[in-house]
Amino acid sequence: MRKSNFMDSKELILNKVKEKFGQAIEAISDFRNDLCFTINRNQIVELSRFLKEDSELEFIFCKDVTAIDWAARKNRFTTVYHIYSFKLNFNLRLKVNIDVDPPAVETVTSVWKSADWYERETFDMYGIKFLNHPDLRRMYMPEGFEHYPLRKDFPVIGIPGSLPLPNKAE
Amino acid sequence: MGLEAILQKDGFITTTIDALVAWSRKSSVWPMPMGISCCAIEMIAAADPKYDIARFGSEVMRFTPRQCDLMIVAGTVTYKMAQVVRRIYDQMPEPKWVIAMGACTSSGGMYRSYSVVQGIDQFLPVDVYTAGCPPRPENLLNALMAIQEKISKTKARQFQNRSLAELENAQI
Repeated sequence: MRKSNFMDSKELILNKVKEKFGQAIEAISDFRNDLCFTINRNQIVELSRFLKEDSELEFIFCKDVTAIDWAARKNRFTTVYHIYSFKLNFNLRLKVNIDVDPPAVETVTSVWKSADWYERETFDMYGIKFLNHPDLRRMYMPEGFEHYPLRKDFPVIGIPGSLPLPNKAE
Repeated sequence: MGLEAILQKDGFITTTIDALVAWSRKSSVWPMPMGISCCAIEMIAAADPKYDIARFGSEVMRFTPRQCDLMIVAGTVTYKMAQVVRRIYDQMPEPKWVIAMGACTSSGGMYRSYSVVQGIDQFLPVDVYTAGCPPRPENLLNALMAIQEKISKTKARQFQNRSLAELENAQI
């Protein structure tokens, strides 16, 4: 029973998004019923707002914002948004391939307030700038740290001397 | 006990100040529970009635560093946390001792990572290292006994050498 509901929801979302954002959708992935839209960088906020505010969809819950570092690829970074609709009991993923260097994308905090810290974390770890973010500071790493640890070219053990330690006590 | 028997017989005992001070110091080591992650759970277990750290006079876990002799660093110390640990250590009055509890504090443990200090001995003078991930409470008590043994060999005057000026100039 849930299956049919799920399929209905998926059709609904697909139709609505295709109709409204036809040109801006760069790719649609449906692997194992995990629906994912790849959207043009300039349209992410509009799409987010539409998904949240449409009375039939109501994706009011932003579960996570993260990113992918493709290392050698031309557009090196992709941001990923996991959102959820209580109304449809549906998980949806949005992706944005970032085609500018240094990497930057518009913030979605104007749509989901909870994206604030997720975007800070993503900035901290990948160095992706979220434009118009209310408070884009480092989250885990100390202020003044100059590297982005989850980038592929960052060594796992870190860069010696990049993080200050107290002097040795006697 | 032996002490009362001696006092009843002769009414006095002879000893050295060093021995007396060291004995009282080692019998009331007040720990600073620097419980940063999972090792803290085993440290708490060491204080419960089953393992009973009170048998060693160390049941008074003080949550202010100013009343502590022994810092038990129990958990993963990140570079960010290292500044805090050092600040708390600096506020403890002398003489003071440090137990590095568990693999993380001793060597970084399984976190061979950019954010974790690979051994707190890079910024703290560690007296006893405790193996385990996390160490069992018995192991912590064993470390405490090692500290007690170390204290029992100290001289009372040993810790008066650091002048006040020297302490004030100690840089974090």
